Amino acid sequence: MQCELDIFFLEAVLNGVLLAGLLALLALGLNLIFGVIDVVWICYAELVMIGMYGINYAYKAGAPFLAAALFGILLVALAGVLLHQLVIRPVLDSAPINQLLVTGGVLFVLQAAATVAFGIDFKTLGIRLGSLNVYDMSFSYSRILTFAVASAAMLLLWLFLSRSYVGIAIRAIAQDRQIMPLMGVDHRNIYLITSGIGGGLAGLAAVLMVVQYDIYPQIGLQFGPLIFMICVLGGLGSMIGGFIAAFLISEFIAVGGSCFATEWGYAIAFLFFMIVMFIRPQGLFGGKA
Amino acid sequence: MPLLDVRALSKRFGALRAVNEVSFGVEEGEILGLIGPNGSGKSTTFNCIAGLYTPSDGSIMFEGAEIAGLTANRVCHRGIGRTFQIPRPFRNLTLLENVALSAFFGQDRSATRQACWAQAEESLALVGLPTDGRITLDGLGAAALKKLELARALATQPRLLLADESLNGLDHREMEQAADMLGRIRREKGIAIIWVEHIMGVLMRVVDRVVVLDHGEVIFAGTPKAAQENARVIEVYLGTETDA
Repeated sequence: MQCELDIFFLEAVLNGVLLAGLLALLALGLNLIFGVIDVVWICYAELVMIGMYGINYAYKAGAPFLAAALFGILLVALAGVLLHQLVIRPVLDSAPINQLLVTGGVLFVLQAAATVAFGIDFKTLGIRLGSLNVYDMSFSYSRILTFAVASAAMLLLWLFLSRSYVGIAIRAIAQDRQIMPLMGVDHRNIYLITSGIGGGLAGLAAVLMVVQYDIYPQIGLQFGPLIFMICVLGGLGSMIGGFIAAFLISEFIAVGGSCFATEWGYAIAFLFFMIVMFIRPQGLFGGKA
Repeated sequence: MPLLDVRALSKRFGALRAVNEVSFGVEEGEILGLIGPNGSGKSTTFNCIAGLYTPSDGSIMFEGAEIAGLTANRVCHRGIGRTFQIPRPFRNLTLLENVALSAFFGQDRSATRQACWAQAEESLALVGLPTDGRITLDGLGAAALKKLELARALATQPRLLLADESLNGLDHREMEQAADMLGRIRREKGIAIIWVEHIMGVLMRVVDRVVVLDHGEVIFAGTPKAAQENARVIEVYLGTETDA
């Protein structure tokens, strides 16, 4: 154990902050969907995986990175809309466990389909952005870029939800879906828009992840449980809760990993999650368990 | 041709006939009172007109076009607004946002963003609520929430307003003010109103005609004065409610 309040500890703390940007972005999409439609997309990380493959093939087909990134975002946004229309909509009035199971089914279908279609090889774009060295601390540029883009995306989403009429409708429908039609709102359209935005956020996360991680069919397993834990810890549906929980968990992972070992960082994070669930089952900012 | 023409409207829930061949009309700019004891079919009739229920049989013509079976948002776009007996405001939105939502989605979509905000402010002002965009719903009492409900319906720029027990939960002074407000809305905006209410005294002062329902059927249609003198109405309704 090497846990001292030195520059390496500070480096771990700051790397935790940078990791939190990506996790907060991932949690934001999932929370948006749950907050508005009341359904958990348990296959959210698999949508990210689809986006990563899409960007990979577009980039390797000769598209500039930004064009490939845009393609990836639109691809996953479309996947989100299709997921809602084809899978979620038929079970909207079913029991929550059925909704969870059906999106769980999509998770395995996507993983299996990706394995068949793309193979089990790890793929990479081969983009290396290098590191920023400050004193004896080192920060990956890809993580800094990820943090900046994720923060900007969250700010833009906040502006959209607070300033636009569609954004106001999304916030309103999260509270009372039944009264919306009497105000002229077709809630089915709002659900589709929300699913598109949720998918688009997963696509953006895919863009940020392809410059940091290898692509393989099971990458969702690396992030899926973590995103779900962050959302539950913050309070399912609470975007602010998810944001704060992402920072808490990231710090446990980064600092715990620095002081002990990476695996211990995850173990401490999940232990903290379990303790909070015992004390506050609805999560830190949640209204219902 | 009446603004709204309900013909032989029926709504069944399994074996229960909640509304049975109900017919009535509403003229432009008219206030029609729809009254009856609990379970008489008032709310079901309202919900059929507003598009929340699909009628089992019958016709609902609005401005000469059939609206029976349309979804609630389409009925709203046609020009029918509705309030609820128990206000259902969006507490995570500001007062102005609550109303602006109706202004944008409830009327002609070609309206500009500025026009929608202006419409929302005008609707708030019409019911006597503040138009400051920063005001939240914290601390709003029953009367203010009723007004907000009304403002949200008005912001859709309806030609027919369905007001569901707008006086419920108010004290006597607030009831008089609310009744005056509905009368003023009719005068200033020319909006026809169907007003479901069980508090007879105030309602009778403002409405032009009343339709009385009992067990899902129309048992009387006419002036408030004639209703108060009708033996059947007195038997099923007025004899108990007006004395209260």
